[in-house]
Formats: sequence, structure tokens, C-alpha cells
Amino acid sequence: MALLEVRNLATHFFTREGTVRAVDGVSFALEPGKTLGIVGESGSGKSVTALSIMGLIPKPPAEIVSGDVLFEGRDLTKLSEKQLEDVRGREIAMIFQDPMTSLNPTLTIGTQITETIRRHYDVPKQQARKKAVELLEEVQIPRAADRLDDYPHRFSGGMRQRVMIAIALSCDPKLLIADEPTTALDVTVQAAVLDLLDDLRQAHEMAMILITHDMGVVAESADDIVVMYGGQIVEHASVNDLFDRPEHPYTEALLGALPQIEGEGIRTGRLTAIPGRPPDLKNPPPACRFAPRCPYANANDSCATVIPELREIRKDHWVRTAHPACERAGAREPEKVQA
Amino acid sequence: MTTFIIRRLFWTIPVILLVILLTFTMMRQIQGNPFRKSERAVPEAVQRNLERKFNLDKPWYLQYAYYVKGVATYDLGPSLVLRGRTVNDIVEEHFPVSIELGLYAFLFALITGVPLGMIAALRHNTALDYGAMFFSNVGHAVPSFLVATLLIYFFALQWGDVTGLPTSGWSSWEHKILPSIALGLGPMALFARLVRGTMLETLQQDYVRTARAKGLHYRRVVGLHVLRNSLIPVVTAAGPLLGFIITGSFIIELIFNVPGIGQYFVTAVNARDYSVVMGLTVLLSVIVIGANLVVDILYGILDPRTRDART
Repeated sequence: MALLEVRNLATHFFTREGTVRAVDGVSFALEPGKTLGIVGESGSGKSVTALSIMGLIPKPPAEIVSGDVLFEGRDLTKLSEKQLEDVRGREIAMIFQDPMTSLNPTLTIGTQITETIRRHYDVPKQQARKKAVELLEEVQIPRAADRLDDYPHRFSGGMRQRVMIAIALSCDPKLLIADEPTTALDVTVQAAVLDLLDDLRQAHEMAMILITHDMGVVAESADDIVVMYGGQIVEHASVNDLFDRPEHPYTEALLGALPQIEGEGIRTGRLTAIPGRPPDLKNPPPACRFAPRCPYANANDSCATVIPELREIRKDHWVRTAHPACERAGAREPEKVQA
Repeated sequence: MTTFIIRRLFWTIPVILLVILLTFTMMRQIQGNPFRKSERAVPEAVQRNLERKFNLDKPWYLQYAYYVKGVATYDLGPSLVLRGRTVNDIVEEHFPVSIELGLYAFLFALITGVPLGMIAALRHNTALDYGAMFFSNVGHAVPSFLVATLLIYFFALQWGDVTGLPTSGWSSWEHKILPSIALGLGPMALFARLVRGTMLETLQQDYVRTARAKGLHYRRVVGLHVLRNSLIPVVTAAGPLLGFIITGSFIIELIFNVPGIGQYFVTAVNARDYSVVMGLTVLLSVIVIGANLVVDILYGILDPRTRDART
């Protein structure tokens, strides 16, 4: 049985200016101990998907309008707030994008770790502190015991993200959701934090959802990759298949925007940018949401009228487009998008 | 922390010297003289003697020096107008009443205003929020003398049989209820609006989301993570406000016939009773300075970032 199964999840924001369909029919499954990468640009719905799983979307204005989130067979969307509190931190933990603002500036990091432990386990304070020191050592914070009573402002961004990871690990969750965990960090620190995350995932036998806008981040650590665009999944495949044979024009474009500095297929010249801008989710394009930016769509085809389904183009490789790469292979060259 | 407090205490000395100098100058700038009033015309020779007795014939810097020396030894001098009474007498007799009234009003404002703001923020954009904000806007806009009059009319006169509250005086705890509410209503409204604003902002913070993601109970998220950070601006405002409440109780003291210091303050300015004005000003500035010191210390407890910046 899958650890997590998201079925047809839709989360909308009901604002005065209209309904924003931030997540619109997302389905995926995650096996225990595996890593799923969710990739997409800002506003593609990846963070809202994660927050919907945790039950942390801001209500109002947001609302889960349909779909199930099955965690070990239990539908999290049907749980009461009290029951959800027991799941958060204990079964599913989450770390966030900006470590500078994600820790409470007025509490010591020791407090912020032990309050999590003591929330979910009935242990005395001293034992929780001992556990906190072990966790800080595990995330490689030097002089862990001395730093327990320090406040967050005495830590650098990378160190704070390590503290966040320690908090997330504190109750041995089965699933860790990392929402752009390295985006706000210095490039030099990014790789170290990512490696640490992956090592800890293996050591603790956790499953992980790694959310990022950077294909390079998920390339090494993810088993499967979901590419999101405009609140929908546009491609879903294993990491190797996705990198070797991307089908969706958007995925191709994302990979084209990735700098490659070593190995085969080394690219020279400029990186390609994706023309146009992400769709307005209050008024999304009528059929294919990528059509306005798609180099293969043209006025005569179905892209503006028929909503493309997510179809299995080959075993375990799903794609939502009328123009997958394998069906147009050699057929024609990509046309330039009209300005 | 200790060095910080000691250093702050030392800094109060030049501040108080400056307050004395400014008050001193301003009082001299208002023309007039305690003994040179038409209705109390005194013979030329007697006036000379009086001026000599109170050092008014000396140059201003000597007067200033004498006065500073007096303050340092807690001798605020004799009243120039009320014969036979020293400023020390007036202060010791009436100042505690004003402080008591101010503290009650302040406590009332804090105990009602902070929860009111919290409720408004936690029930943002609901009837409860609008109701609380309407109440606090009214409380803020209606002047205290009107509030005092209405309180007396309804709670002491109309419903006096039920409430048993007196209209004026200061002899029992029943006497202290209405003046404290009348004086505290404005600050209460201020606290409520302040707490609501900062709390709404804090609720949006990433670390509140983190606290919820850890599975903490709602009560702990609000009571510890949100409230603590929301109180920092409140504490900042509370210090000067405490000074303001204690000094600003003149009208309330008058309406409720409370034997506080406020009335002396006003009559002394009109009568050019230099030593009383000076004494009270110095004392009030000491209170405001003290309140601000307490605020700074609380600030350090609430916000650890400021602790590092100043040790």
C-alpha cells in the first residue's frame, strides 16, 4: 500500500477578485521510503499541494474543494483539526523555504525542538533536551549541547535550516515534506543541506516530497518526479525516464533552462528561457493551460478547445499534452511562439 | 543585563538635570512673579524680603544650582504661595493617590484591552471583530470627562441602588472603580487596537506556520508563539502611556473629587508657584523615565535579539 495517495485534489482560493484554482485535480502516490520531486515555477501550485496535505492552507480564503489525501489509508481531509494536530510533526513533518523567518525569534532553538518532542511523546524535559542535542548533532551543528539555549538570530541561514530539519526529524515522521528547502540559501550551502536531507531520509527510512523549481535539485535525490504547471500535473515519471525522455514541452523547456557543466550532452551558449508568463489561475486558458506558451501549439489544433487528459504514454510515464515529444519526433521543428 | 540597567540609571541623571533646566527656563519665560499679583499687593519692602528669602533676587544660574542641590537631597523647597507648606508635604500627601488611580486605570486598560484585541484578531472579519473595534473606537474618541459624567450618571445615580457605587470621593475601594474605568477607557481602546494589529501581522508569520506544522495545539501556538511576539509593540507603547495616565488624570480627579496631585499642578502654574511646578515636573519625569526603563528591561526579556545588541 502506498504511504501517501493524493487523489484528484483541488484547492481553490476564494478571493474578492475571483476564484483562484491554485491546485486543480492533482493525483499522485508515494511509497514508503521513496522520494517524490514536485517541480514547477512559482504559482504552479506545488506549495499549496503540500500545505493541503498538511491541512495548513489559510482558511479562509483557501478551501479544499474536492479530492482525498490518503495517508496510510486515512483520509486527512476528513480529519478534525485536533486529529490533524496529532498527525502533523508526528507522522508528517514539513520544512519550509525561508529558514530566516521560519523559526520563532523569541524562543531558544532548544525550546522549539523540545516542544515538538513533548507535544507528541510523554517524556520529561531533561530527556527531551537530550534528544534535542542528539538531533542537532545529527544535522551536524557544531557544539550542539552549547547551542541549545541560543536564539535563532545567532545562527546563519544554513544552520537555521539544519535546526528546522532537526525539528522535523524529532518525532521520526514517516513522511517529510521539504518545500523549497534550499531556495533561500547560499549556493555553497545548498548542496550540503540537500545531501544531509537525503542521508537523513535514508537513515530514518522516511519518504520525502521534495518541492523545488530547480530540476537540478531533484535530479539526484528523487525517485519519481511530478512536473506541475498552472495547478495541474503535466508530467509524471521516474527520474531517469523524465530526464532521458521528457515528453511535455514544458518539461523540455525546464530542462533546457538548466545549466549543465559536466558530462555528456554538455551545452554551450545561452540557456533557453521559457517565453511568456505563467497562467492567471483566476482565468486559466480554456483547454490546455500551457497552450499560450507552447512552441508546438498552433491555431488549427485542439489545444485551445480540448482539455488534454493526463495519459500514460508508456509504462509509468504520464503526460498531459497533445504534443508529447514521442509523437512529434522528427515530424516538425518547434515553431517560435508569436510575441 | 545588570550593566545595562546600571548604565541606564546613570543616564537618568543628565536627563533629569535637563528637565529641571527646561522647566526652570519656561517658568521664568512666563512673565509674572508669585508675589507680584494685584490682588495680593504687598509693600515694596516686603516683596524685596520675600524675593531675598526665596533667592529670587539671585541670577538664574545660582537659582538653578540651589534647586538642583535641593532635588539631590530630596528637598523640593517650600511652596511660594501656600504658606507653611513645603512641596515635599504636597507630594507626600497627594502624589500616592494619583499614582494609585493611574495604576488602577492602567491595569484596567491592560486587562481588558489586550484580550479585546486578541479576540478581534483571532476572529478577524467577523461580527466579534467589528464589535470589539467599534467599542474601542468609541472608547478612543469619546473624551474622558464625558465618559466620567456618563459613568456617574448611570452607575452611581440611576443604578446606584444596585451597584452601590458612590459618585465621588476616594475613601473606599468602591470609590476607586468609576474613576479608574473613566481614566483607563482611552488607553484600553489604544491597547485593543494595537494588539489586534500586531497580532494579525504575527499570525501571518512563517514561524507560526512552523509551530502549527509541528502539531502544537492551537492554544500553545496562540498563547506562546503569537502572543509573545505581538506584545513587543504593546510594551513599547505602555511605558510612555503609564506616565501619561498618571499625569493626565487632572480632569478625572476634578470630576470625581479625587485628592490627587493633578489639581495642584494646574493651580500652581497659574499662581507661578515655581517650586511646586518644578517639584512635580521633576517627579513626573522621574516616573516616565522609570516606566521607560521598565519597558526596556521587559523588551530584553521578550525579544532576545535586543539583548545581544546592548550588553
